[in-house]
Amino acid sequence: MSAPSEFSTLMMAVLAILIVATVVAQFLKLKLGAENDVIENLIARINAWWGMVALLALAMLGGKAGVVILFALLSFAGLREFLTLTAKRRADHWALVISFFVILPIQYLLVWSNWYGMYAIFIPVYAFLLLPIVVAVHGDTDGYLTRVAETQWGLMICVFAASHVPALLSLNIPGYEGKNVLLVAFLVVVVQLSDVLQYVWGKLMGKHKIAPRLSPSKTWEGFVGGVASACLVGAGLWWLTPFSPLEAAGMALVITLMGFFGGLVMSAIKRDKGVKDWGHLIAGHGGFIDRLDSVVFSAPIFFHLTRYFWSVA
Amino acid sequence: MTIRKPSFLRWLFAQVTANAIVLFARLVTAVRGVWAGADPVAKKRVYFANHGSNGDFVLIWTVLPPALRSRTRPVAGSDYWLTSKLKAFIGRDVFNAVLIDRNTATRTEDPVAQMVEALDGGSSLILFPEGTRNVTEDLLLPFKPGLFHLAKARPDVELVPTWIDNLTSVMPKGKVIPVPLLCSVTFGTSLTIKDGEDKKEFLARAQTALADLAKEVAE
Repeated sequence: MSAPSEFSTLMMAVLAILIVATVVAQFLKLKLGAENDVIENLIARINAWWGMVALLALAMLGGKAGVVILFALLSFAGLREFLTLTAKRRADHWALVISFFVILPIQYLLVWSNWYGMYAIFIPVYAFLLLPIVVAVHGDTDGYLTRVAETQWGLMICVFAASHVPALLSLNIPGYEGKNVLLVAFLVVVVQLSDVLQYVWGKLMGKHKIAPRLSPSKTWEGFVGGVASACLVGAGLWWLTPFSPLEAAGMALVITLMGFFGGLVMSAIKRDKGVKDWGHLIAGHGGFIDRLDSVVFSAPIFFHLTRYFWSVA
Repeated sequence: MTIRKPSFLRWLFAQVTANAIVLFARLVTAVRGVWAGADPVAKKRVYFANHGSNGDFVLIWTVLPPALRSRTRPVAGSDYWLTSKLKAFIGRDVFNAVLIDRNTATRTEDPVAQMVEALDGGSSLILFPEGTRNVTEDLLLPFKPGLFHLAKARPDVELVPTWIDNLTSVMPKGKVIPVPLLCSVTFGTSLTIKDGEDKKEFLARAQTALADLAKEVAE
C-alpha cells in the first residue's frame, strides 16, 4: 500500500506548522531569555513533536504493517507505564506476563488480520475472564479485586482502545478504497492539534480552571478555544475523509470532546496514584500515556461511528 | 586473585553480551538514573544498594555513563556465579565481578581483602550490603558487616547509597520471565565513615541513609 496523494499535502501542512512553531519558540527564547521554564518546556515539546511526526509519517508510509507495528509498540510502552502504577503482588506475575506477551500481540494480530468479530471482544470478554482465573489459582486474595481490575483497566486503555487506531485500516468504505490510512491521519491530527490548541489558548487567555484538583492547566478558555478551533481544522480537513465538511466538523467535535475527557480521566488516575507524569521518555511531555490519553479515548468512538455510518461489511 | 588475560574473541563476545544485556534492560524497564546527591563523576566509589532481584546490578550498570560503567565492578557471590559455565562467563567476563565466597566456613579468600584489592586497582564497586535478595515485606534486611570493614580499610572512598526502585516487581525471586515495568535507580548523597565510629553505629547510619533515600523516591 502506498500513501495516497492527499497524504503528502497533509504532511506539507504539518511540516509548515512545525517550522512556524519552531521559529516562534526560538523567537520567544531570544526575547524572554533562555532561563524561562515555560519556554524551555515549549521547546522540548516542539522538538519531541518533530520526532513524533517523523515516526507517524514513516509508519503511515509503511502502510498497514507500519501502523499496526507502531501502535503495538505504543501499546507496549503505554501498558508498561500503566501497570507500573497499579496494585500488584507476586501472585500476579503470570497474569502480567500474559498481558504483555500474549494478549497484546494477539490483539494486534487480530487487528492485522481484519477479524473484527474477534478483536472487538477479545480483551473485554476473553482476557477479562481469563486473567482473574490465572490470578485466583495462585491463592493470594489480598487486594484481589483491585489487582485484577486495575490490570484489566490497563489492558482496556493501553491495548484495546489504542488498537482501534490501526483497526481503522480494516474498514471497508465504498469509494474510499486504499485511503484508510488518511482516517488515521485525520484522527491523530485533529486530536493532537486539539490538545496543542487547548494548551495555546489556555496559555494565552486561560483564567477559569475547569478541574483544579485534576488538572491545574485545563481552563474553560483553553477548552472552548481549543475544541472550537480544532473542529474548524477538522472541517477544513474533510478532503482527507469520506465525510462532508459538516460531517467532518461533527466527527472532529466528538473526537476532541472524547480526547479532552480522556485527558481528564487519565489525570484523575495520576492524582490517585500520586504521580505528575506517566513516564519520562518523551522530553517535555512526560510519558507515552501523557501524549496518547486523548487518542486512546477518541479512537474507539471514531472507529465505531465511521463503521456504522460509512462502511459496508 | 590471579590475573587472567582473556582471548580477543572472548573479550569481544563479552562486550557484545554486555551491550545486549544493557539494551534488554532498557527495553524491559526503560530504566532512568537519578543523581539526587552524588554526581556521575569518575571518583572511586562504593555504590551500596538494596537487593531484591538478580537484575539489580545490571540496572545500576545500565544507568552509569559508559566511562564509569567500565570501571565499576559488582560484588557478587561466587557460590551463585560459578555454578555453571554460562554464569561464570557473565559474572567474570561480562560484568568483571569481584566474586566472593559467602560461605564463612569454607572460604579461602577474605572478601574484604578482595574488595580492597579491586578498589586499589582503580575500580569502583557495587555492593549489596543485605547480603542476599530481600523477599520479605520489610524495606531492607539488616546490613552485613562487610560494608563497615571495607569503609574502615579505605576510609577515603565515597559510599553512595543507591536505591533501585520497582525491579522486584519486574523479576521477583524465582521468576524467569520479566514483566516490563518502569524502574529507576537513584543515587543519594555519599557518606564516609567517621573517626572512631563503631560497627553498629556505622551500619545503622548507612542503612538509614538508604531507607531515607527510598522514602524520597516513593514521594
